[in-house]
Amino acid sequence: MATHATPRWETFSHGADIGVRGFGPTREQAFEAAALALTGVITDPAQVRPSQRVEIACAGADEELLLYAWLNALITQMALRGMLFSRFEVSIAADALTGAAWGEPIDVARHRPAVEAKGATFTELRVRPGADGEWVAQCVIDV
Amino acid sequence: MSPSRNLKRVSDTLWELPRQGAMRVPGRVYASEELMAELRDDPSLDQVRNVATLPGIVGYSLAMPDIHWGYGFPIGGVAAFDPEDGGVISPGGVGFDINCGVRLLAVTGVKEKKVREHRGELGRALLEAVPAGTGRGGPLKLKAHELDQVGRGGARWAVERGFGGPEDLLHCEEGGCAAWADPEPVSADARIRGYDQLGTLGSGNHFLEVQAVEELYDAEAAARLGIDAITVLIHTGSRGFGHQVCDDFLETMQKASKAYGIELADRQLCAAPFLSPEGQAYFGAMGAAMNFAFANRQLVTHRVREVLARMFGERAEARVVYDVCHNIAKRETHAVGGRERELVVHRKGATRAFGPGHPMVPEAYRALGQPVLVPGDMGRYSYVLLGTARAGAETFGSCCHGAGRRLSRNKARAAARGRNIKKEMAARGVSLQAASLRGAEEEISDAYKDVADVVDVVVRAGLARPVARLRPFAVVKG
Repeated sequence: MATHATPRWETFSHGADIGVRGFGPTREQAFEAAALALTGVITDPAQVRPSQRVEIACAGADEELLLYAWLNALITQMALRGMLFSRFEVSIAADALTGAAWGEPIDVARHRPAVEAKGATFTELRVRPGADGEWVAQCVIDV
Repeated sequence: MSPSRNLKRVSDTLWELPRQGAMRVPGRVYASEELMAELRDDPSLDQVRNVATLPGIVGYSLAMPDIHWGYGFPIGGVAAFDPEDGGVISPGGVGFDINCGVRLLAVTGVKEKKVREHRGELGRALLEAVPAGTGRGGPLKLKAHELDQVGRGGARWAVERGFGGPEDLLHCEEGGCAAWADPEPVSADARIRGYDQLGTLGSGNHFLEVQAVEELYDAEAAARLGIDAITVLIHTGSRGFGHQVCDDFLETMQKASKAYGIELADRQLCAAPFLSPEGQAYFGAMGAAMNFAFANRQLVTHRVREVLARMFGERAEARVVYDVCHNIAKRETHAVGGRERELVVHRKGATRAFGPGHPMVPEAYRALGQPVLVPGDMGRYSYVLLGTARAGAETFGSCCHGAGRRLSRNKARAAARGRNIKKEMAARGVSLQAASLRGAEEEISDAYKDVADVVDVVVRAGLARPVARLRPFAVVKG
């Protein structure tokens, strides 16, 4: 089986909003990359210092609902703490995800945040391995 | 199946998606031939069909001419459900930004020329007085019990605390307060997200505009509405408070849909019977978020008044013309099949548009019909319309809410690359103050359809009649 170098992310267009897509050699890494794409909707992730760690736990009846719950948990944490995140760690056991996000408080001058993420949606929600074994985790974010 | 293969033209401005598969009623979309040509293969038409499969839907699954792809419901979607017939309530029919809406203020006591001359300074003062953009809270920090009071009282809460006068409430949809609201089921997270956000604009398409009346289509009606030369348009909603209520209840409704055996054509349409405990809990919490939004627009109004008085003297006043909701579900009485029925009307990216004589229209406007405020993009114009009896008969008293996007955010940013948007706006005589440059790039004028095309359809369809067109000269974006 092909080995895939590093996880990567992208955003994709959706009507008035924007989609996030993470790729990775494992499901967990695809989730982490999708989280980075979520930050990418708001600001350049390279500008966010991973100085504070926040624990995150969530659950979902299937992989897709788990991705949905993970991204929503991050949106909630960003809003509650006024933070942005740039490093993520995910482990998945059955229907539960435990993980962490590293980031820093929003600095409006430095981060120049574009839009505010309101919530993850079920639209274009997909978690699956591609033909080459690379995992893709994606959904549209309401902004 | 592509929706374009089964689309029937009913009239010049109305198209029907006939019943098929699990649809309980047909779909109907208001659009011109040109707008429909762009829509034919759009997923939003599938969403109109999907909404038609929900239990208890009455009449038609409707969409306004500013329809575009949303979550579950299309944006621009209107649907009514009969609770006595198993009718549902769905957070996907309301949206994330509960009671996102617009409020129009009419400014008097200062000459247009003077305000226009000071547009740059005015924009900067407004951006300072009304925090905008991601990561910016307001000076007002609310404790948990105060958030409950906001959730129950809406704009009235703000007025009682000196942020405006009681006459402001007369000219708001629902009097600025969803009376059925119940903050009890609102989560702790929603409260924390909202605690410092009253009086803030938010980001995305939210804005604050100072406008001049560009054209009057009905001078008499405009005079009755108090619209003279200058107006201020406020577009914002329930901020993080409402977003979290939506998030929380999407989870509840996923489970509820299963429990009540509701077949979902799209998971985002998850719903519960209106009269079920889950349906009632969402209705109460959504009402609290509606009230947060009403209070938010009231606070913003107060800040605008402070800025106007400071810059142009105490005689400069801003009276509330009207305040309409874009994203809500409400109990309303409508005549269907010759009989009055109490329905749960969902408007997602649509505006209520009650006609003349309707008891819910404020007394001062009752002979005219309810004001319908339709914002366009920041580089063009917005419209003031009036609701009609025909809207009451055809669309559960509903009309369009805006222009609708032409370009995605990514494409808009690509189109804005290498351009100086602020300068371009200045060349058009508009001072743009943006909390985020990237945010402003995503909101460029070219990213939106021309709202005039949308308004033309609703006017020709008889859902509203035009009063005035307003052109911005100072724009504040989140």
